[in-house]
Amino acid sequence: MEFLLAITIGVMVAAAVYLMLARNVLRFIFGLILISNAANLAIFTAGRLTPGAPPLIKEGAYAPAEGVANALPQALVLTAIVIGFGLFAFALVLVYRAYTTLGTLYSDEMDAAEPKGPAQ
Amino acid sequence: MAAGHDEAKGNGFVGWLPVLLSAGIFAFFLQFLPQIAAGDTLRVEWAWAPSLGVALSFLVDGLSLTFALLISGIGTFVLLYSNSYLAGHPQYGRFALYLFSFMLSMLGLVLSDNLIGLFVFWELTTLTSYLLIGFDNESPKARRSALQALLLTGAGGLAMLAGLILLGAVGGSFEISQLVPQAEAIKGSGLYVPILILILAGTFTKSAQVPFHFWLPNAMAAPTPVSAFLHSATMVKAGVYLMARLHPVLSGTELWFWTLTIFGAVTAVFTSVLSLRQDDLKQALAYSTLMALGTLTMLLAPSSGYAITAFATFLVVHSLYKAALFLVVGCVDHGTGTRDADLLGGLARFMPFTAFTAALAGLSMAGLPPFIGYIGKELIYANTITAGDAATFVTVMALAANALMFAVAGVVALRPFWGKRGDTPLEPHEAPWPMLAGPMVLALLGLAFGLMPLLAEVNFTTPTVAAILGDAEKAKHLHLWAGVNTELMLSLATFAIGGLLLALYRPVRRFLEAADAATPSFDNGWDNILDALYRAAKWQTGILQSGNLQRYLFTIFATFVVAVGGTLLLKDAVNLGVALDDMNSPRHWPELVLIVAAALVTASSRSRMLAVAALGVQGIAVALIFISFGAPDVAITQLLVETLVVVLVAVAMLSLPFLDERGKNDRRPKDMVLAVLCGVVVSAVLIGVLQGPLDLRLTDFFETTAAPEAFGRNIVNVILVDFRAIDTFGEIAVIVVAALSAYALLRTTDSSRDRDEEEEELS
Repeated sequence: MEFLLAITIGVMVAAAVYLMLARNVLRFIFGLILISNAANLAIFTAGRLTPGAPPLIKEGAYAPAEGVANALPQALVLTAIVIGFGLFAFALVLVYRAYTTLGTLYSDEMDAAEPKGPAQ
Repeated sequence: MAAGHDEAKGNGFVGWLPVLLSAGIFAFFLQFLPQIAAGDTLRVEWAWAPSLGVALSFLVDGLSLTFALLISGIGTFVLLYSNSYLAGHPQYGRFALYLFSFMLSMLGLVLSDNLIGLFVFWELTTLTSYLLIGFDNESPKARRSALQALLLTGAGGLAMLAGLILLGAVGGSFEISQLVPQAEAIKGSGLYVPILILILAGTFTKSAQVPFHFWLPNAMAAPTPVSAFLHSATMVKAGVYLMARLHPVLSGTELWFWTLTIFGAVTAVFTSVLSLRQDDLKQALAYSTLMALGTLTMLLAPSSGYAITAFATFLVVHSLYKAALFLVVGCVDHGTGTRDADLLGGLARFMPFTAFTAALAGLSMAGLPPFIGYIGKELIYANTITAGDAATFVTVMALAANALMFAVAGVVALRPFWGKRGDTPLEPHEAPWPMLAGPMVLALLGLAFGLMPLLAEVNFTTPTVAAILGDAEKAKHLHLWAGVNTELMLSLATFAIGGLLLALYRPVRRFLEAADAATPSFDNGWDNILDALYRAAKWQTGILQSGNLQRYLFTIFATFVVAVGGTLLLKDAVNLGVALDDMNSPRHWPELVLIVAAALVTASSRSRMLAVAALGVQGIAVALIFISFGAPDVAITQLLVETLVVVLVAVAMLSLPFLDERGKNDRRPKDMVLAVLCGVVVSAVLIGVLQGPLDLRLTDFFETTAAPEAFGRNIVNVILVDFRAIDTFGEIAVIVVAALSAYALLRTTDSSRDRDEEEEELS
């Protein structure tokens, strides 16, 4: 299952990179969401998959049962999801604001700081 | 220069303080004179970066003490002189600070025994001289000259740093005094040639040897006292000093001898010809400085007692007369408003003290007895006629240069003061005493040392020879009269040729001006080099910094593919055969199919709604995978976030345009190839990771300590809020900052947008 998931993650990355390379920054945002998910899934998969055994400790016990899922990547992914969401929200507002100010969603037309034209 | 300021006001405290400080420094060094003259040396050391072998170590011997006295003595007079020359200048404080810092850097340079310490002081002189040459910062010419000096000597300095590091590595120490005993090993090493070339690149640029000479006359854009200081005893002598200092370590080879002889001789003759061509007195002196630097370089080529004694003598001679003459020219400029040789004449009546000083310094420069300049010249000839294979060449070159110097001395020191009165912009008047004191003392010293050569011999030349050759016995005596010998004949020939050149001054200068105009200019060559550099910089910046987000991202992803993918191929890290056996878990096929399909739809859709919906599907499928493999907490968070993402995008899209302009398509085959390659590389890396062993030590630690130590039963939660609590706190801070920034972006009113909208409504 891990190897199949590795290939799936590859497809996600390919789609994300293709979106991020687009002129339209809204597509870039879509790519950003996709590549965040791919990265989270990659961390999760690299910690190995264990079906149906969450890392919980039973009442009265001091250690989890044998063979529970790896807790470390889960903790990392949880953090990454939240941080990724913060990044996404900020990027989206930036895109929105860029559009209201500059009147375009195309990154190559956002050149207020360095207008195109003959070099000085 | 000084005419525009309120001279009556003076500079007050700021004017006198540096004079007193540098006089104090001079007195401090003067007290070492008897001890050094007796053959002792002093050394002090403070650790600086011991792990790198870098120390602040200072060595006082004959060579460094001679330089230190020249620097601090002339520095004192120059600061005294400047205080009147720039009286009431609004920026005098800045000027005095630069000049004083320069003097301290120069003292550090000549006293430092550590190669790296020496280099630091060397670069400090480069920087402070940049500030001094460009002091008149509103003049484009001054700025250009300052930058030229900085770039040229800075580039040489970098080459020199490489040479010094190699030298330290080969010799096993950065202390010069410890390198001297290693001289034979260093000369025998395979790195000797690169060391020599790199170090000479630094000293030749600093000491303005042809073909790096052109920055020095340009540096005359600085105020005259600065020129007097930089170009008599200090800045340009730094290169000569370093060659003298490293003479015991590096000299004695054919390469050393011929390089220094040829560069020195060519510089001396070429620049003394150019010196005679100048009509600006200051420029004439600048070129004659180059002649002196060439001669000093030439004298350092051999290791004979005559050569080094001549070096030590001429060093003192030149510093004394050149500083005096520069200051005299400043007095003339100050008193008449011009420095043009054609306009000046008969000034002796109006400026008697200046004329007297000029005559004394000029006679020393011309090499006439009984001045020390005569003794210096005799010693130069004594060296050249004993120079072995090179004797004829160097004697002819020295004769030519000295005869030309004789003529230049006449042009600078005699013609302005005698003969018919010229037509000057200002009514000539004598300079105030602080401007006369320095040049007069320096010029009188030239006479005093000439009349009492023993004074110079005991205190300066013999200790300097001892420092360079390691043996005071090798030093030659300084005589005014050594009997009728070849040197005397050569001197007489010098005077005859020089006198002839002076008599024919006008036709000779016209001829030289014509010749100069017909030959290509080094200065223009420099401009061409700089222009080419600017063009190259612009060209490569245009390629690397296109300002286009797509191109940047393309470069980043392509680099990722090449670097990571290339490493995988080279290391043969992935076994794909195993991966394909892994098709036997049909229970989870639906999620994978959903993810793949949703990703592809998002990437290819031209409809915003479809793309957002597909993104949502993909996010929920990822959450399903989390929940299937024992991560319910992650899955809940993922679901929540994914919902928020879709809602936010949908809200934002209410006021955003469609993805593609009408009729346009988003098909980018090149990007597609790169995207697929990225995907393949990520999959391959992940498969490689999965095939490797898994280190579970951290997980084991968390599993065994979660309940007993942190009293929690949900291990993931314990990790987040207990073991990595600060990390989680930081994460909360990031979210708060993102929220605040987003809020700020949304709230700030945008006037330009409103204006655009109004215009649209109007049209």
